[in-house]
Amino acid sequence: MSDTTQSKDDDQDKTIYDELPDAPPKKKLKLTWTGKLGVVIVAFWVIMVVIGPWVAPFDEADIIADDSYMGVMSVTEGEGLHVFGTDYLERDILSRILWGARMTVGIAFLATLLAYAMGVTAGIAAAVKGGWIDMVLSRVNDAILSLPTIMLGLLIVVALGSSIPILIGTAAIIYASSVFRIARAYGQEIMVMDYVESAQARGETIWWIIFREVLPNAAMPLATDFGLRLVFVVLFISSLSFLGLGIQPPAADWGSMVRQNLEGMQYGSLAPVWPALAIASFTIAINLIVDDISAKSGGDLAKKMI
Amino acid sequence: MSELFEIDNLQIQARKEDGTPIPIVKGVSFKVKAGQVVALIGESGSGKSTISMATMAYCRPGLEFPGGEVRLHGKNILAMDPQDQRAIRGNNVAYLAQSAAATFNPAITIGEQVTEAAVLHGTLNQEDANKRAVALYHALELPDPERLGRRYPHQVSGGQLQRLMAAMALVSSPDLLVLDEPTTALDVTTQIEVLKAFKKVIREEGSAAIYVTHDLAVVAQVADHIVVLYSGEVQEQGPTEQIINNPKHPYTKRLMAAVKPTPIAGMSELVDDRFDRDKPNIEVRNMTAGYGGIVDGKPVITVLRDINVKIKNSHVVGVIGESGCGKSTLARVMAGLLPAAKGEIFLDGKELAPDLKDRSREELQKVQFVYQMADTALNPRQQIGDILGRPIEFYRGLKGKQRREEVAKLLQLVELPIEFETRYPSELSGGQKQRVNMARALAAEPEVMLCDEVTSALDSIVSSNVIKLLQKLRDKTGVSFVFISHDLSTVGSFADEIVVLYAGRVVEQGPVDQVLSPPYHPYTRLLISSVPELRVGWLEETMQKREMAVGIARGVEITDTGCPFYNRCPIAIEGTCNVETAPTQEPHPDHFISCHRTMEEITEAENIPQKVLHGFEKAAPEGDKAAAAAH
Repeated sequence: MSDTTQSKDDDQDKTIYDELPDAPPKKKLKLTWTGKLGVVIVAFWVIMVVIGPWVAPFDEADIIADDSYMGVMSVTEGEGLHVFGTDYLERDILSRILWGARMTVGIAFLATLLAYAMGVTAGIAAAVKGGWIDMVLSRVNDAILSLPTIMLGLLIVVALGSSIPILIGTAAIIYASSVFRIARAYGQEIMVMDYVESAQARGETIWWIIFREVLPNAAMPLATDFGLRLVFVVLFISSLSFLGLGIQPPAADWGSMVRQNLEGMQYGSLAPVWPALAIASFTIAINLIVDDISAKSGGDLAKKMI
Repeated sequence: MSELFEIDNLQIQARKEDGTPIPIVKGVSFKVKAGQVVALIGESGSGKSTISMATMAYCRPGLEFPGGEVRLHGKNILAMDPQDQRAIRGNNVAYLAQSAAATFNPAITIGEQVTEAAVLHGTLNQEDANKRAVALYHALELPDPERLGRRYPHQVSGGQLQRLMAAMALVSSPDLLVLDEPTTALDVTTQIEVLKAFKKVIREEGSAAIYVTHDLAVVAQVADHIVVLYSGEVQEQGPTEQIINNPKHPYTKRLMAAVKPTPIAGMSELVDDRFDRDKPNIEVRNMTAGYGGIVDGKPVITVLRDINVKIKNSHVVGVIGESGCGKSTLARVMAGLLPAAKGEIFLDGKELAPDLKDRSREELQKVQFVYQMADTALNPRQQIGDILGRPIEFYRGLKGKQRREEVAKLLQLVELPIEFETRYPSELSGGQKQRVNMARALAAEPEVMLCDEVTSALDSIVSSNVIKLLQKLRDKTGVSFVFISHDLSTVGSFADEIVVLYAGRVVEQGPVDQVLSPPYHPYTRLLISSVPELRVGWLEETMQKREMAVGIARGVEITDTGCPFYNRCPIAIEGTCNVETAPTQEPHPDHFISCHRTMEEITEAENIPQKVLHGFEKAAPEGDKAAAAAH
């Protein structure tokens, strides 16, 4: 590593007013093909959230097929083609997946976002402020973490009634506690870096330190965790649905579709595989984007996390 | 008759992504005879560490050996299969890494780690290995050799750990010892103790050694034969005497010129008085600081005691001392990062709040802190333009185009291209990052910059560029610098004033020429005489001096009463120095020495050899063994 920059003493003192180059364009984020693939898949599902019910061949509640667990590309006379076959209640799987995007992607995504908003704010605040604020937040968080998630979810839903806003709020609160722990741990690690101390010594406000010094450095690991957390929320909601307290039938969501059709595996039906693939495609696509961004923005996250 | 160890036309290369080879080492040959110490010398990037690893038939992942041979007892170890190579590593050839602190596992006792390799290779059983280890502790002059093995790495000092690493390497009696920059990270006084022990143990064990370093002065002390490397090629090789006294190759001559001079008076170039240099900028009075809560008016762990320091406008003040003496703490107190327990800090005659939270924005602006490690001091997620732009905006209220112009000016001031404003810190080299680090402090247009070991993590050529830059900045901007370093020759070369800290107290301070000329405080004298000189035999001569005999072998003790240097001082007065706090004397205006001895006595003592040392009669300079026994 040679220090190549050598002095040019003579022209140092003259004004550089007019030689200042134009402000360089903001660096554009260029994704590799894996990242682009992720964007395409996520975009597809987001579009389905909006238009899914209109493009689906059948209604999610239509019990129209000849038989339950019909195979791929089977046909019901007078109704039409079942591209992914039918489920245990003789409903079209493709249609239910397209309808279910609204529930799963919509609810799970919103709940995870909300969990992150709460968890990261509280976690970073605890790390930056320390002292009694950290103490109070951490103990409250420990209390939430100590309760089994499903029991806590059941309790809230039973007490307040099952509705979509309640479901989102419940999932958000439960998962915010694990986000809090991660955010706090990363926050504490970053708070001891010299550049944070340097900002404090400069006299920066707490908001600058949180948003400009700490968060950008914690963003990548947190974003990776986001993809993972989303899967947990999907599963959590489907567990509640299975117990009859989540999404109310006949509304479709991918998690409960996997569960309800599981016995079809015994008959060689692919019915549970399709919604599982839908969940996988969505979560993997999110992780593809996150990995690509983190690799592009300097740090190889995978290496750092190991 | 084959040589003990021979490297013959060794080539090492890496490959680009498309498979084209990039040669790293281009046909290097040299021989090591039994009992000989061969030094590989060159700056970073010269391939010396890569070659030193090749002695064990090892190379870093991604590198390969396309040609050449490494012969141990006439056998080419590069051609051996991996099992045989592994048998050689640690057994026939032992490697000493640069950082002992990173080599030792903090959770396992020293004895276990020292003997591990020998027992693992089946060379010795545990009992014999332990005996051998104790013998080596004796030979390396480590304190309390019988019980040392039961201690943990954190319980010994850095210099001792470095010597223990040598013990670890020597336990299985290797034919060849490879030492990779073993003293580079150490204080001068520690370096000398380690060098002495290494030299002795290599002689006694009769094993051959390869000593890798960039420091010619160190090489002159330990090596028999020198190989000068530059970008993977041998420039010149020959016996030490010949290379040192009569270098042929221009590159060797350049290396000789880069050797740090012995600190003497008059080496620093003083600047013209463009700025009002008499006005004090920042002043610390009767300050005591430390860590932990405050009990009875002083911190639980007191690091600094009764410090009085005055930094004048447009001055470079060097703060010097061994690691752990409180240098960084002093800067942190001035910056308000660590509130002092007692005492006052004045900025331009006005008292500063101890905690930076209570300081005004103008006060914060005037005192800027430059961190040692640019890697952690620059936010990896911010572009250089933002890193430098923020203080400009924050303190000076400049935005948009004006802000960019200021950033461009700063980059030019620290000799970096304007294009760097859109780069991230990870895209810069170590030296460039350090420049950005300093530019950020300059962006605030401060009055005082506190530089905490800013050159310590850089290699010698980059660090000398940074020093040149600092000098230029002082001359151009009139900023005063507090330059913290453990390297007396660096500080001596460009500081206006020097503050010598020892165990949290100022023992001497004053203008650079007076601190670096007699009368010295005994500790300053120890520091000056510990800087290696570029001549053969310097180490032996220095060790004959009495201040070395006492001063080198003993650790720093932080004391509540008396003079902290008492236990290492050759002219200490028992019953006075260990009981009463030393009075501060002023032999010249603005030159202060804290010592019980009068200036006449100090000057006199420097010329008269002293046979009997206070309290440690056995530690006479004549016998190394006696010195070891005194522990």
